[in-house]
Amino acid sequence: MARPATLSAVVIGVVFFGLVGLLLYGVLVSDRADREALPSPLIGKPAPEFELPLLHQPGTLFSSQELRGQPYLLNVWGSWCPGCRVEHPVITRFAETRRVRVVGYNWKDEHADAMRWLEQFGNPYWLVLVDYDGRKAIDWGIYGAPETFLVDAAGIVRWKHVGPVDDTVLAESLGPVLDSLGVAR
Amino acid sequence: MLPELGQVALLLALLAAVLQAALPLAGAAGDRPAWMEVARPAALAQLLLLAFAYAALTVAFVQQDFSVAYVANNSNTLLPLVYRYTAVWGSHEGSLLLWVLMLGVWNAAVALWSRSLPLVVSARVLGVIGLVAIGFLSFMIFTSNPFERLLPAPLEGHDLNPLLQDPGMIIHPPMLYIGYIGFVVPFAFAIAALLEGKVDARWQRWTRPWTNVAWGFLTIGIALGSWWAYYELGWGGWWFWDPVENASFMPWLAGAALIHSQAVTEKRGSFGGWTLLLAIATFSLSLLGAFLVRSGVLTSVHSFAADPSRGLFILAFLAAVIGGALVLYVLRAPRLPEGRPFAPSSRETLLLVNNLLLTAACAMVLLGTLYPLLADALDLGKVSVGPPYFGTLFLLLMAPLVLLVPFGPLTRWQQEQASKPAAMLLPWLGLALLLGVIAFFMAPQGPLKTAAGVFAAAWVGLGTLRFVWSRLRASGRAFTPEMLGMVLGHAGLAVFVVGALLVEAQDVQTEVAMSPGQTMEIGRYAFRFDGVERVPGPNYMADRGLVQVLRDDRPLVLLHPEKRAYASGGQVMTDAGIHAGAFADVFVALGEPLGGDAWAVRLQIKPLLRWIWAGAFLMALGGFVTAADKRFRKVAGSERRPAAAEPAADANRPPARAPADDEGRADPRLPTSPLTGGEG
Amino acid sequence: MIAALRRRCALPMAWLLAALLLAPGIAAAQAVRDAAPLQFQDAAEERRFHALVAELRCVMCQNQSLADSNAQIAHDLRREVFDLMRSGRSDDEIRSFLVERYGEFVLYRPRFSGHTALLWLAPGLLLLAGGVVVVRIVRARGKRPLTAEEEQEW
Repeated sequence: MARPATLSAVVIGVVFFGLVGLLLYGVLVSDRADREALPSPLIGKPAPEFELPLLHQPGTLFSSQELRGQPYLLNVWGSWCPGCRVEHPVITRFAETRRVRVVGYNWKDEHADAMRWLEQFGNPYWLVLVDYDGRKAIDWGIYGAPETFLVDAAGIVRWKHVGPVDDTVLAESLGPVLDSLGVAR
Repeated sequence: MLPELGQVALLLALLAAVLQAALPLAGAAGDRPAWMEVARPAALAQLLLLAFAYAALTVAFVQQDFSVAYVANNSNTLLPLVYRYTAVWGSHEGSLLLWVLMLGVWNAAVALWSRSLPLVVSARVLGVIGLVAIGFLSFMIFTSNPFERLLPAPLEGHDLNPLLQDPGMIIHPPMLYIGYIGFVVPFAFAIAALLEGKVDARWQRWTRPWTNVAWGFLTIGIALGSWWAYYELGWGGWWFWDPVENASFMPWLAGAALIHSQAVTEKRGSFGGWTLLLAIATFSLSLLGAFLVRSGVLTSVHSFAADPSRGLFILAFLAAVIGGALVLYVLRAPRLPEGRPFAPSSRETLLLVNNLLLTAACAMVLLGTLYPLLADALDLGKVSVGPPYFGTLFLLLMAPLVLLVPFGPLTRWQQEQASKPAAMLLPWLGLALLLGVIAFFMAPQGPLKTAAGVFAAAWVGLGTLRFVWSRLRASGRAFTPEMLGMVLGHAGLAVFVVGALLVEAQDVQTEVAMSPGQTMEIGRYAFRFDGVERVPGPNYMADRGLVQVLRDDRPLVLLHPEKRAYASGGQVMTDAGIHAGAFADVFVALGEPLGGDAWAVRLQIKPLLRWIWAGAFLMALGGFVTAADKRFRKVAGSERRPAAAEPAADANRPPARAPADDEGRADPRLPTSPLTGGEG
Repeated sequence: MIAALRRRCALPMAWLLAALLLAPGIAAAQAVRDAAPLQFQDAAEERRFHALVAELRCVMCQNQSLADSNAQIAHDLRREVFDLMRSGRSDDEIRSFLVERYGEFVLYRPRFSGHTALLWLAPGLLLLAGGVVVVRIVRARGKRPLTAEEEQEW
């Protein structure tokens, strides 16, 4: 009788401690801000090619090819998005460092509202692409705003952040990636 | 002033819980009757104090005292009176108070109705309940105080979540909590038995009704949640295998296994160890459920408390209670004597298989629910585990169980010639198969699921009726409440299965753009859209649609699907227009406005949907009816009668009728006092 | 004309069942643009579409399928699935399309792979192990002499 008892004790012990350990992990990570953010499967892969109109020149189509040669930050925003307003000063400050071009991606918005928003809060973007029906956004794996991508000079996606960026994110998350790409400060 | 008194009441309740736990448990260990006697009055005092605290919070809500932070967060001046009463459990702190109150109710009930147990046993049972109460009360007092003040008091509160401003939400949490918490009784009993080192059949008999009642309430609570989700959420579904739903379903599955296991232990002395382990597991799953919804652990569950410190507290409590119980089990259970022998063909074996399948299903749900977290922890990326996983595996695991159900009641204990129940059931199996085949060919869509549902329900239903028939026709047989409960439970299962499978297979849904005056036809039904008007509500503004529904060209009902925009939070809720039918539901919901007067309208016909909840209700009723059987109360003073009084029966097939006063039998060949344990 | 999409306006399921969210509400969501229901050629196409989107996850919601959610992204993704269906892609290709962009998270039915083997196989293995235990118990109990036939209460 002893062996079955030990075996069952071991099984019970393993299940119990496994469960508690897993739940402990769950509790400890539960307040991470990016807990619910989806990791992007595009990291390390080529960014989607696109030809999108520009916000400030609605008749003109801008091609992704024209962005090659230099890395750029793609910032997804909309005038309807409160988080975008929150991160706007951070994006503006970053754009002013001129370390990397910041390209705006106006998603699911209205032209007039977007123009007004930029007028009201300032326009940090090198240029603003427009995607109002959301089709190209699906290729980027965009599912909400704000979202921010870093694409390198060769057009490969190197980094993505879901949710508003703050200085910590830029310094500790984006910074090292930029350094590894050799982008000068 | 009253909130402060409420707070004091909570502290005193904690004190009472400490007394209820410490003294009786120490007294039981050291054989001090005076200490053990403290348990009962402490339990009753706890209930009174908790009732007072709960009343204090309710008064704060009714009087709209926004100086209490919890009230300010969950209510506002526009909130109708009835919902002010239910807003008490509208969020974490208050629902925790409700939880603790329910624990107090069960506690007091056990205190009042355990006099038939030896003092040592009842002292231990109450002591363990006291320990659980200490945990929850401490959690509440130290991390989730519902009486915290918000000063200066705001003039207006936030609002109760509009989803909760609804009758279904009034009754669902209390029922659920009564069920969840009720499992503390078999748990406490299991601990007491392990501490004592033995399990007497009489004590096991005392426990059974408690377990059945708790399980019955949990069944009702889950069914209500499903029903409420159906009419409130606007998408016409009744179960999504969401982590929060799973959190309530796991203790239900384990509880179902526990009910059956307890029957075996009580009647045959077998599987005592398994029963104790299941009792520990069921309550652990209740605690786990409470933890999961309040700790923010699961990313897809919007928890009450996104506060890790709260999560850690509950987890520590959980680990202590469950861990302690398991340690005790591992140390003591092997010492419990083995049960009676039984042949491979016997009811014991069937119930063992039954419990295996239920436990496997429970484990599967646990695995699927926690798997995304596990994948995250092991850095395997983010995965989703949803209805396709749970539904598929659940069907696979429950299919064998459903096939075995009719055999159970017709199979004798200890040894049965397998051909006997098989012969009794064969014609009904044939009939069920025939019905299934007919359904297969008659089904307009989803033939396989339809056939499976019809077959399973017919098989279980007819098999159960066969048992009833054989019971009633033999002379002088009593049909005890216990049997009736079983019949209701299994019949409920049949009704549920056919409802669930058929609604999945035969559900017709479509979404159309409709302008006023347009008609859409689906099968026998026609829907005429008569436009949308703006209608104000007490705390919302609604777009109210008018849809005339005809069946077979005769007017059936006028439905009013709504989209409500709530004033305080700006949330938009879809309130579907539903016609409840015994054989099909008609479900209409508004989509988006499309310009002009046109709207997108979602139309659904859902056959046999109500059978799902009817089946659940029958199962719950079965649990309650079984619990009402008087034999569970024949515990006091029933000494074991000399076994020689029993005649040896005819080896072939003795009538299964038992003498009416057959209580507390004992087999002289077994060791006299302890009952059995299983094999570890 | 056979109609369309099943799109349900629902707030995240989990809130409701969990009962009670502290959060004051969703951040102001934008109205759904182009909310016209999709139009299918026939019932079979509608059924195929529904079967597909019911097993896909709305990536933005707490826990809702693509079929049930009313979020903007859900609407866009449903339209995307519809277009992919019309352009002749198979169900597997459509799923892969979405996984390439949003990750495995978007599938409610986890694909069988090294990672998810545990998930899919464990219940069966557990059942097997349990079955072995049951067989052992039944055998062991069966070996001992049975007590004489007694009057059985039920």
